[in-house]
Amino acid sequence: MKTFRIGGIHPKENKFSAGKHIQVAKIPHHVVIPLSHYIGTPSEAIVKKGDNVLVGQLIGKANGFISANVHSSISGKVNKVDVQLDASGYKRMAVFVDVEGDQWLPSIDRSSDIIRECNLPKAEIIKKIQDAGIVGLGGATFPAHVKLTPPTEKKAEILIINAVECESYLTCDHQLMLEKGEEVLIGTTILMKALEVNRAVIGIENNKKDAIEHLQLLAKNYKGIEIEPLKVCYPQGGEKQLIDAIIGRQVPSGKIPIEVGAVVQNVATTFAVYEAVQKNKPLIERVLTVTGKNATQPSNYLVRLGVLLSSVVEQAGGVPNGTAKIIGGGPMMGRSLMNLDVPMAKGSSGIVFIDQKESIRKPAKNCIRCARCISVCPMGLEPFLLMAQSERNMWTEMENNRTMDCIECGSCSYTCPANRPLLDYIRYGKTTVGGIIRNRK
Amino acid sequence: MNLILISLLTLVLIGAASAIILFFVSKKFQVFEDTRIDEVEAILPAANCGGCGFPGCRGFANACVSADKLDGLLCPVGGNVTMQKVANILGKTVKESAPTVAVVRCGGTCENRPRLNDYDGVKHCFIAHNLYSGESGCSMGCLGLGDCEIACEFDAIHVNQTTKLPEVDENKCTSCGLCVKACPKLLIELRKKGPKSRRIYVSCRNEDRGHITKKSCTVGCTACTNCLKACPHEAITITNNLAYIHDNKCKLCRKCVEVCATKTIVEINFPTKKAETEPLTIKGI
Repeated sequence: MKTFRIGGIHPKENKFSAGKHIQVAKIPHHVVIPLSHYIGTPSEAIVKKGDNVLVGQLIGKANGFISANVHSSISGKVNKVDVQLDASGYKRMAVFVDVEGDQWLPSIDRSSDIIRECNLPKAEIIKKIQDAGIVGLGGATFPAHVKLTPPTEKKAEILIINAVECESYLTCDHQLMLEKGEEVLIGTTILMKALEVNRAVIGIENNKKDAIEHLQLLAKNYKGIEIEPLKVCYPQGGEKQLIDAIIGRQVPSGKIPIEVGAVVQNVATTFAVYEAVQKNKPLIERVLTVTGKNATQPSNYLVRLGVLLSSVVEQAGGVPNGTAKIIGGGPMMGRSLMNLDVPMAKGSSGIVFIDQKESIRKPAKNCIRCARCISVCPMGLEPFLLMAQSERNMWTEMENNRTMDCIECGSCSYTCPANRPLLDYIRYGKTTVGGIIRNRK
Repeated sequence: MNLILISLLTLVLIGAASAIILFFVSKKFQVFEDTRIDEVEAILPAANCGGCGFPGCRGFANACVSADKLDGLLCPVGGNVTMQKVANILGKTVKESAPTVAVVRCGGTCENRPRLNDYDGVKHCFIAHNLYSGESGCSMGCLGLGDCEIACEFDAIHVNQTTKLPEVDENKCTSCGLCVKACPKLLIELRKKGPKSRRIYVSCRNEDRGHITKKSCTVGCTACTNCLKACPHEAITITNNLAYIHDNKCKLCRKCVEVCATKTIVEINFPTKKAETEPLTIKGI
């Protein structure tokens, strides 16, 4: 079975919510739709206080090329356009809407029929994806249309669908593949058309055997789509790791996947593409996993964007006793949430409750040069060295040691026997070095 | 015998030739260095803190010697006394500059600004700041992890463990500005020391609107404009929902302190007023 070549770890899977049906989360009375994304310029609000909005109506216009449209996920009246705390406690612009009923834009096809045929030309597909505000739903929220318009001198050869879900606990993509397999495959065909490639590979880790079998069965009807079971290894869901695992090519340092002829899209993105192109439905909802060791009901929810996470947690039985940390995203790459009153964003994939015992950071001891961090680093970096350089503000040396290649997967911190906070320091160094590089231009 | 003579002669020849080459090379590439640089450097405090904006004390001495005027050049550690000595050596004049001191513009003690979460990451302000906004509801307040304390080379700033706020020892502070650079929240400012070390400043950096600030901190500036109206010297401006007292215009009349609704404006080293109004003197800040 294939996997990537350098590094990697295998944390305990803990997929408690696996096999739990995707439930539709209740719509609360107020929602806060964020206008900014993790990557790229924040969108510009085009509604104002007192405006009535329908589900699927455009409320935030993309601001620049690396930016995405934002649509209203519910119908009601705009209360205000104001700042809202994001998951890390900083203020971001958001549209506050008071919910009134559930009226959708008439152009959206809400039937459950599967539309297989897609005869749109390439440019039209990309236009539709761009208008629908689709971003990478794996977590990085990079606008999908940007990946679909590679520079003219580069030619995509293969489309890779990232259905790896290598993070522990999370099951949102797994469940999506089981319940919306057909739609995912149609979405893949549409993306292949947009990229003008004949081959697409869906990479799935081998701990999701039911999803692999399900998709393999369905894929017989679709030309050019292969299902590739992969050995379980974190961080296989990283773009560069997945390309290495599936086609055995390594993306050079500082370059993007199109350099080796590959384009990677997340499986949830593929589903969103299907809905946008075939059903005219913009990106207004996504699947969210609510889980944890002590969670009362680990489950998967289909949540509208802008719904406060606290209301979803309430439906899932509330915060379990003894929870010391709540993580937004997976336990490896996610970040602790400051509070649960943060809105659901396009990149939110899970809420994980961590108990007291597991959340405690053990005191850091001295580095013993065991080189375990080097052997697990999927990018072939030397985390211990980068940390030491970051501590000493040696930015030039950090840049020379390829700190910008770090994907912040946390394998180094996870594996360090001395509990050293490697990633904390490297992330800080990466931010600083990134700033220096941007200023140089 | 012959062998010894030949080797001796060869050595003498090589030596003489090298000496001649070295003589001309040293003439050609001689670097002229003003001897006054050494003299000036000897007077400087040798802290090498970089507070003057030059790389170390020698860099500053070099700049003093090569500059036409001493305007804009100041050794914050040595202050006016040192600058006068430098001017005497160089035969230049120097303007007396008002001494400054570092002030921490945050009053968010644990009491005033309740903590909403626990940070268990690396105990450095810059790392915490990179990750998230901080333990309290105020995203612009002090993180209390003591990067300023680590940066200070003069042992002049310490985080008080009960209030979780840094306090400046004004007798030790040289206003070199290292703490100003170290603070990721940009809370520390070098302000005029003032007559008898008396100072008035707005101890807040929160730029949120009033009602948001009030929720997170009881002593946060809400931009109520009371101080703006009360100030007879036009020393106060309000930008981005935050009041700021310009120390070059402030006459230390204390009218703003009296009217400040949230007690954000603090006065330092003033004699205590009558007993019924509680004095707001924070020792050492």
